[in-house]
Amino acid sequence: MRTRLAILLFAAVVALPSAAPVVAQTRTLNLYNGRHYDVDQVLYDEFTRQTGVRVNLIQGDADQLIERIRAEGPNSPADVLITVDAGRLYRAQQLGLCQPVSSEVLNRRIPAHLRDPQGHWFGFTKRLRVIAYSRARVSRAALSTYEDLANPKWRGKVLVRSSSHVYNQSLVGAMIAWHGENFVQRWARGVVANFARPPQGGDIDQLRAIAVGEGDVAIVNHYYYLRLLNSANPADRAVAEQVGLFFPNQGVEDRGVHVNLSGACVVAASRNRDAAVAFLEFLASDRAQEVFAKGNFEFPAVRGITNPMAAVAPATLKEDTLNARVYAANGARALQLMVAAGWR
Amino acid sequence: MQPLRKGTWPGPARWQGLLPAAGLGVAAALALPVLTVAASVLQPTAEEITEFLRLVLPRYVANTLWLLAGVGAGTAVVGVGTAWLVSRYRFPGHRLAEGLLLLPLAVPAYLLAYTYADLLQYSGPVQSALRAWLGWERGYPFPEVRSLGGAVFVLTFVLYPYVYMLARAAFLDQSAGVLEVSRTLGHGAASTFFRVALPLARPGIVAGLTLVGMEVLADFGTVKYFELDTLATGVYLVWFSFGSVVGAGKLAACLMGFVVLLVALERLSRGRRRFDPLPSRGRPAADHLRGFRGFAALGACLLPPALGFGVPGGYLLWMAWWHGDPLWGPAFVRFAQNTFVLAASAAALAVVVATVLAYGLRLSPTPLMRFVARVVSLGYAVPGVVVAVGILVPFGWVDNALDVWARRWLGLSTGLVLSGTAATLVYAYLVRFLAVSLNTVEAGLSRIRPTLEGAARTLGHGPASVLVRVHAPLLRGSVFTAALLVFVDALKELPATLVLRPFNFDTLAVRVYLLASDERLAQASTAGLCIVAVGLLPVLLLNRAVARSREVASQPPSAVPGSTARVDVRSEFA
Repeated sequence: MRTRLAILLFAAVVALPSAAPVVAQTRTLNLYNGRHYDVDQVLYDEFTRQTGVRVNLIQGDADQLIERIRAEGPNSPADVLITVDAGRLYRAQQLGLCQPVSSEVLNRRIPAHLRDPQGHWFGFTKRLRVIAYSRARVSRAALSTYEDLANPKWRGKVLVRSSSHVYNQSLVGAMIAWHGENFVQRWARGVVANFARPPQGGDIDQLRAIAVGEGDVAIVNHYYYLRLLNSANPADRAVAEQVGLFFPNQGVEDRGVHVNLSGACVVAASRNRDAAVAFLEFLASDRAQEVFAKGNFEFPAVRGITNPMAAVAPATLKEDTLNARVYAANGARALQLMVAAGWR
Repeated sequence: MQPLRKGTWPGPARWQGLLPAAGLGVAAALALPVLTVAASVLQPTAEEITEFLRLVLPRYVANTLWLLAGVGAGTAVVGVGTAWLVSRYRFPGHRLAEGLLLLPLAVPAYLLAYTYADLLQYSGPVQSALRAWLGWERGYPFPEVRSLGGAVFVLTFVLYPYVYMLARAAFLDQSAGVLEVSRTLGHGAASTFFRVALPLARPGIVAGLTLVGMEVLADFGTVKYFELDTLATGVYLVWFSFGSVVGAGKLAACLMGFVVLLVALERLSRGRRRFDPLPSRGRPAADHLRGFRGFAALGACLLPPALGFGVPGGYLLWMAWWHGDPLWGPAFVRFAQNTFVLAASAAALAVVVATVLAYGLRLSPTPLMRFVARVVSLGYAVPGVVVAVGILVPFGWVDNALDVWARRWLGLSTGLVLSGTAATLVYAYLVRFLAVSLNTVEAGLSRIRPTLEGAARTLGHGPASVLVRVHAPLLRGSVFTAALLVFVDALKELPATLVLRPFNFDTLAVRVYLLASDERLAQASTAGLCIVAVGLLPVLLLNRAVARSREVASQPPSAVPGSTARVDVRSEFA
C-alpha cells in the first residue's frame, strides 16, 4: 500500500503541470522584461486590445534574461527584450541577440541619439541622472556640473550608490567619451574623497540621506525624486520637500545632463517579427508615451508629449545627445576606473 | 510493524547492482550544473578581467573568510547555547522557547537584510528617533548596519536554527549515564558541558555549522544589500558588468573550493572516531531553574527568535499594513499557489532522490559513488544564479540539438523541450537543496544498525525489498524532516526562480524581488510576509516532530512500542 502511494506521489510530481514551452504563434508575443513597473501592465493590455495579440511576460533582471536568451539559442521563445538602461541593450546587441529593425514609424518618432544607428534597439523613455541637493544647506548657485563634484568644496558631502550599478557605469562611461580615461580617473578619486559615506543603498536611499543630513548632494535618477514627491506616504513627501533637483552641465558650451534610456529590441531568434515590430511601434505611440510619463515619471522619448518634469525642469533643458551605444560600450572600463579609485 | 516475509519483489540478484546504478545515474544528472560551472576553470579569461580580479580578489576572499568565521562563531554560540538550555534545563516557558527558536527558518535572509538595513540606517526610524529624543548631532557613534558586522548579525540570526536543531538533537541523544558520571566525579554544570556534553555533541554541531557555512557562501541577497564584496557578489559583477561567463565561473569555482575545504575540515574533525548510536538509557533528569535564573534562561532563548523572526516579521507587518502591495488580492493566490506547488514538488522529489542515493551509498560505497554524492552536495553552497546558468547552458544545448535532429529526421521542430518549464525549475531546486535531504536521510540510515539489514537479507529479501520493508518505516521520521527542510528552502529561493521560470509564472519571492529591485521596499513587504506565513507551517511541523521525539525519548525504552520511531530529527546530519 505504502509502495503504491509512493509511486503515485512520484508520478504526480513528475507529471507536474509544467507550463508547456510557448511556441511562437502569430497571436502571442513573448516579452523578456527587465522593466517591471505594475503600471506598464496597462500598456500590454492596451496592445492586446488594439491588435488581438496576447502578451506573455517573464520579468526579471535584464542581465540574467540576456543570459537566458543566449542559452536558449536559435529556439528561444523570446520576441522582445525590454531593459531599463542602454547598457544592457548594447550588451544584448554585442552578443548578437538583437535583430535590426527598419521601421519608418520608429525612425521618425524616436530621436537618433536614443536608438541604435542600425536599428538593433530603440529607447522609449529618457531617464536623467541629475544632482539632488539639500534645499536647506546648499545654494543652487554652488552647483554646476558632474565634474565639479570632485571639487574639494564638497568634501564629506557627496552621496551616491555603488559603482556596481549600471546607472553609474553609464554616467561615467559618458564622461570617458567626453574627457578620456585619465581625466575620469582623477575625477573618480576626487569624488571618492568627497563621499559623505561609503556608497550604499539605492537612489531613494541617497535622497533620504540628504533629508536627514547625512550628506548634501547626491547623484540620482530624476524619477525617484518625483516618486517620493507624489507618494501617498506623507513621510516620503516630507523627504522630497527637503530636496531640490539640479540639472547639471547646462552651460552654453556644455554637453547637457546625462540621459539614460529604457528601451527594447526585437530578439534575433524571434519568429514573430511582425508582432514584435508592431509592439515597438506601439510603445512609441502617443498613448504609450503618456503612460510612461505618468506611470513612472520618465521623460517620453517622443517629442511633443507632456513632460512629467514640466514643473521642475527648466523649459530649455539641455540633454547630452551622445549616442547610448557609446557610453554603454564604456561601461566595463568605467567600472574598473571607479573600483580602482575606491568607489565600491 | 508487519512481520517480514518474502515479498513479490524480484530476487536479489537482479537488484543488486540496479539500485546503486540508479543512484549513480541520478546523482550524475544532478551534478551536471556544478560540473558545467567548474569546467570554466579550464577556459582562458580576457586580460582585462584577469587584471580586475587581481585587483579585487584579495578583498573578496578576505570578506568571505571573515563572514564565514563571524557567522560560524555566532551561530555556534547562539545555536549550541540555546540548544543546551532547552535540552538540559526546565524553566518557565521552556516549551514555548523550544518551538520559537526554530522560527527564523521561515524567514529568507534577504528579507532580514532589507528590514534591518531599513530600520537601522542613518535615515531609518531607530536612528531618527534617537536623534529626535536625545538631540544627537551627526557624528555620534552608531554601528553601521551595511557592513561586515551587519551581515554577520543578520546571517547569524537567520541561520542559527540549523545549529540549534542539530545540537539539540545531539544533546537529547546523550545518555543519562555519561552526564551523571561526570557530575558524580565532581564536575560542575559548566565543566560537564565543556568536557563531556560538548565533545560528544560535536559531530552534530559541526554538521550544523557546515550547513551554515554553505548557506553563507551561497548567500547573495544579504551581502549585496549590505554592499559587502564577497566571492558571491564578485561572481555577479564579473559576469554582468564585464559580461564574462568564464570569469564568473572561475570565481564560482573558487567559491566551491571553499566548500570542499569546509567539508574536508568537517571530515577531519570527525577523524577516525565513529559515533555509532549508543543505546541510550533514558534521559538525565533535567535541572530546574527557578526565579531569576529561570527568567534569564527564558530571555536568552527568546532573544534569538525575536531578532531573527519577531523584529523583521513585525516590521514587515507594519509596512504591509500601511503601504502594502497594490496587487494584494486574487493575484496573490496565484503567487502563493505557484510557490507552494514548486516547493512541494521539489521536497517530494528531493527525498525520493536522497533515499535512493543514500541507500546506494550504503550498499556500494565505491569511491566514484562517494565522489558523485559529494559533488551533488556542493550545489547547496553555490549561489542560485550560478546553478541557474549551469542549467541554462547544457539544457539549451540539448534542446537545440534535439530540435536540429528532429528537423532533420522527422521534419518538425521540437522547439525548447526542457528550457523554460516548471520542471526545469524543480530540477534547479533539487540541485540546490539536495544536500539538505541527502544529509538528513543518510544520517537516519546510519542510525539503523547493519545487523537488522543483515537479518532481513538472510531471510531472503533483496536490497529493494529491504529498503521498502525495513528501512522505509524506520526512516519515516528522517524523510519527513528532510522534506520539510527542502520545502522551506525552496519556498525562499529567489535567484534561480527568477532566471528559469516559465512565462507568466511568478512566485512570492519573485514578487518581492520585482518590487524591492525597484526600491519599493514597503510594497514588497506584503509578499515577504506571505513567504514567512507559508513557511511557518512546515516549521511548526518540524517542531512537532522534534517534540514528539522528545516525548518518546523521555520515557523508558520498554514503554515505547517500536521505539525506533525516534529517528526523527536527532543528529540527522551527523
